[in-house]
Amino acid sequence: MKTIFESSVKGRKLTLLPESDVPAADLKAAKRETPLGLPEVSENDISRHFSEMAKATHGVNDGFYPLGSCTMKYNPKVNDEAASLPGFTNIHPLQPDHTVQGCIGLMKEAEATLCEITGMDRMTFQPAAGAHGEFTGLLLIKAYHRSRHDLQRNKIIVPDSAHGTNPASAVMAGYEVINIPSQEDGCVDLEALRNVVGDDTAGLMLTNPNTVGLFDKNILEITEIVHKAGGLCYYDGANLNAVIGIVRPGDMGFDCMHINLHKTFSTPHGGGGPGAGPVGCKAFLADFLPGMLPEGDDELKLVKPEKSIGMMKAFNGNFLILVRAYAYLIMLGREGIPEIAKNAVLNANYLRVMLAGKYVMPYKETCMHEFVMSLEHEKASMDVTAMDVAKALLDYGIHPPTMYFPLIVHEALMVEPTETESKETLDSLINAFTEIYDKALEDPEYIKSAPHKTIIERPDEVSAARHPKLRYIPEDK
Amino acid sequence: MGSFIANTDEQQQEMLSAAGYDSYDDLFAHIPEAVRLGRDLSIRRGLSEMEVIREMENLAEKNTVFKHIFRGAGSYDHFIPSIVKEVVAKEEFVTAYTPYQAEVSQGNLQTIFEYQTLMCELTGMDVSNASVYDGATAAAESVFMCRDRKRKSVVISGTVAPAVIDVIRTYCSGRETEITVVPAKDGLTDKEAVSAVLDSGTACLIVQQPNFFGNIEDADELCEAAHAAGAKFVMSVDPIAMAVLKTPGECGADIAVGEGQALGMPMGFGGPYLGFMTAAQKMMRQLPGRIVGQTEDSEGNVCYVLTLQAREQHIRREKASSNICSNEALCALTATVYLSALGPDGLKQAAGLSADKAHYLQQELAKAGFAPAYPQAEFFKEFVTECPVPADRLMAELEKHSILGGLPLADGKILWCATEKNTKEDIDELVRLAKEVIC
Amino acid sequence: MNIPEELLYSKSHEWVKFEDDETAFVGITDYAQEELGDLVFVNLPEEGDEFATGEVFADVESVKAVSDINSPVTGTVAEVNEAIMDAPESINSDPYEAWFVKFSGISEQENLMDAAAYEKFVEEEKAKEE
Repeated sequence: MKTIFESSVKGRKLTLLPESDVPAADLKAAKRETPLGLPEVSENDISRHFSEMAKATHGVNDGFYPLGSCTMKYNPKVNDEAASLPGFTNIHPLQPDHTVQGCIGLMKEAEATLCEITGMDRMTFQPAAGAHGEFTGLLLIKAYHRSRHDLQRNKIIVPDSAHGTNPASAVMAGYEVINIPSQEDGCVDLEALRNVVGDDTAGLMLTNPNTVGLFDKNILEITEIVHKAGGLCYYDGANLNAVIGIVRPGDMGFDCMHINLHKTFSTPHGGGGPGAGPVGCKAFLADFLPGMLPEGDDELKLVKPEKSIGMMKAFNGNFLILVRAYAYLIMLGREGIPEIAKNAVLNANYLRVMLAGKYVMPYKETCMHEFVMSLEHEKASMDVTAMDVAKALLDYGIHPPTMYFPLIVHEALMVEPTETESKETLDSLINAFTEIYDKALEDPEYIKSAPHKTIIERPDEVSAARHPKLRYIPEDK
Repeated sequence: MGSFIANTDEQQQEMLSAAGYDSYDDLFAHIPEAVRLGRDLSIRRGLSEMEVIREMENLAEKNTVFKHIFRGAGSYDHFIPSIVKEVVAKEEFVTAYTPYQAEVSQGNLQTIFEYQTLMCELTGMDVSNASVYDGATAAAESVFMCRDRKRKSVVISGTVAPAVIDVIRTYCSGRETEITVVPAKDGLTDKEAVSAVLDSGTACLIVQQPNFFGNIEDADELCEAAHAAGAKFVMSVDPIAMAVLKTPGECGADIAVGEGQALGMPMGFGGPYLGFMTAAQKMMRQLPGRIVGQTEDSEGNVCYVLTLQAREQHIRREKASSNICSNEALCALTATVYLSALGPDGLKQAAGLSADKAHYLQQELAKAGFAPAYPQAEFFKEFVTECPVPADRLMAELEKHSILGGLPLADGKILWCATEKNTKEDIDELVRLAKEVIC
Repeated sequence: MNIPEELLYSKSHEWVKFEDDETAFVGITDYAQEELGDLVFVNLPEEGDEFATGEVFADVESVKAVSDINSPVTGTVAEVNEAIMDAPESINSDPYEAWFVKFSGISEQENLMDAAAYEKFVEEEKAKEE
């Protein structure tokens, strides 16, 4: 596919802006001398180019997207309509409070609703994504220990099955990471945890259900061990879809957490973002929250908490994403919210049981919203890897599951169907997996060279990384 | 109540049975009683789609949408072409995620590659990442790119936007990073004071162009000062201004960052926006976040993949220099379409018109009694004036006429902004009203 | 597998070539590059950096992994091989030419193996894997 630069014709342009109606300013400052290499195209060129790009992009609207740990549920259109209302889009972030009562009111209502769902007391909407939320939560934990002059707490405990963002966030917050091995079922090894906690423990980061999709039944004991040692517990909300309306992180003993609005609350993933990662906390941490929080009853205003850790981002977070999530929240309400978790868990278990005939499930027990398959057996017997099976799924118009995560399972494929997929769609995945298995037995080379029906074959990632070409360079340069 | 669940009650029952469960209670039986909520959530009943839209409209109507906006300070009311809104609403772009599977993500990957190219062109730098959360976090991430074992402190000009400085402070609060903010002098960076604090422990000097007050800095000289001390030079720039002002690349900067909201994104009460980051070739591997590269498939077709991934958190875990995972991809796409629509002439026109209007506004306000606060400095599309009356009084009067005036600053001054959207007529009306207030 | 006679080897699969008692070149072995797969980048220390035996002094990146490289000696980095940063594929194709760093002032070293001992060690490692 041609790049937009290759469609450029000198002198071609759109008519977007009027002539000036005021005298020209005469800037004396040093000017740009390098030519401005933007494409010169017509509106028609743009329309067709990006249509071509869209057609070569698989979204949730195109087909099943069971990407584990990412909660690729259907994105309701009413959310987008709400977020495109001029009363939200055309609002300057530094307008005085009395002119943004609708925005602050929405923040206040969304905060109350999400706090009830999570069992938290206050929430900031400043963090722009899950990882940003983790960083925020860890800075809250740091501020808490500092406020108590408990300064030797410099370690964050992270299970080895955790998302990569957990240890990376801990280091950004200035902590040393203590990786603890998980049990075989991905759950926390209580003995290992007891052995590492102490008066240098700042906190623990955990997701429950864990990254293999199992609910850690010892959760109250886990959070108690950390609390008794003087540490705090951070809940990675990546897997909240599994328990929403049924179990609350606040009731499991967690002190603060983030929510991925782009996962659990149906806001679109945008090809990689923007998301939103609001951080909730128990009352004793609320004074440390970053950014501005809604306060007041009739006359609402945004107020910076007293001992705030500062600002995680300019202004009020990804507000238009929050608008989308709020539309979803009020649409589902108290009856609709628990249905999310029930159906997400049902869909995952249905797939898990139906696929267990052909494929090895390393964990036999009931899973939550996702489960992990291991292709170790297929690799050993037919030299067909998790990657090969994933690529073969592309020929069925299905986006593959998350590959090679969590790291504690070899040849892992992590499948998260979400609640919005129908039985017919799940059956089509079962059928695809079954056909791929049978084909692999008969003709492994066919699967190893998949995909066969996509617009490109497997890309050469090694050359891409060895000799990076990160921008278009015109042929004459 | 609303619901987006496809399976009927019968299908759910059928699937429960097929998976070996009697009921939902059975399916969730393994969750300990002690942690279960065991009651209904205490939130409102669900609504139909029609009711949702009605309620959202009611909320939106409680906000004041100003017809004329003369406030910037990090969020700008530039014109957004229709084609931009249309393209970025395409469902494939909206509902996809990070392009992990290149074979079905070529469109997404190629547009990121085009975005990277455009940001390099705009800033005059060699390489770009695929975006971060906003301009302020981009500036904060640049500190982590420059820090090493020997150089751990940061020098920031006091003319950088306060919100950006706040975010850098918060980002750096976890780790030992000494931050020195050098107070501004006459609305510009105090070059001598900056040179005096740069030393062998300085990782980088951060300046903003045009700066928070709208004034144009002598970036060449500041770059020389940073490099003379062995520190990196980071420029936070207005992307629209890059059509006319000397670029970070031309100034010799090591890293350019900025807020890309002006490139086709609505103000949206603060987000989502676009943090862009470009760098000199030698700093390519320090860039945080996703990066797309061009390569070939096994048949030799040109294609695109996520690359240099070993820098990132999912591989390097606690050794990664940033934790970023989700970014602002759809906003990067917005900027890509915007810059394609404007083209070189259009962007220069947008920049020129903004500067023209701002200069006209400044001259007319001066005549009306609002003296320029920094008459010696040259500005682009924002400027600061004195305000002979309490700023609140002026703002209240303007508000009655659906005008959002400039931003009142802590010292009683006002930071004004104009863009191509402000007509002469609107400016004259604003000045007339302002004059009345002080008379 | 290629294990040159004239070099010494560490248990973490680095090779060491002494110029004199205090100076040596260090790289990774043929076995190591084979295990790591196609390498796409190497992060090297700076001249003048000091490392103790067993400390991480560099890392190598493949497309989907990063692996630490340990120092088999205690010494100071006298020179780094910048050529392998531009051509990381040379570590795969010619591991014994593609030295990482030259250490000087070596005061201590790991209990290094000769070629025969290392070959035996690698056989044992392989057996363990299977």
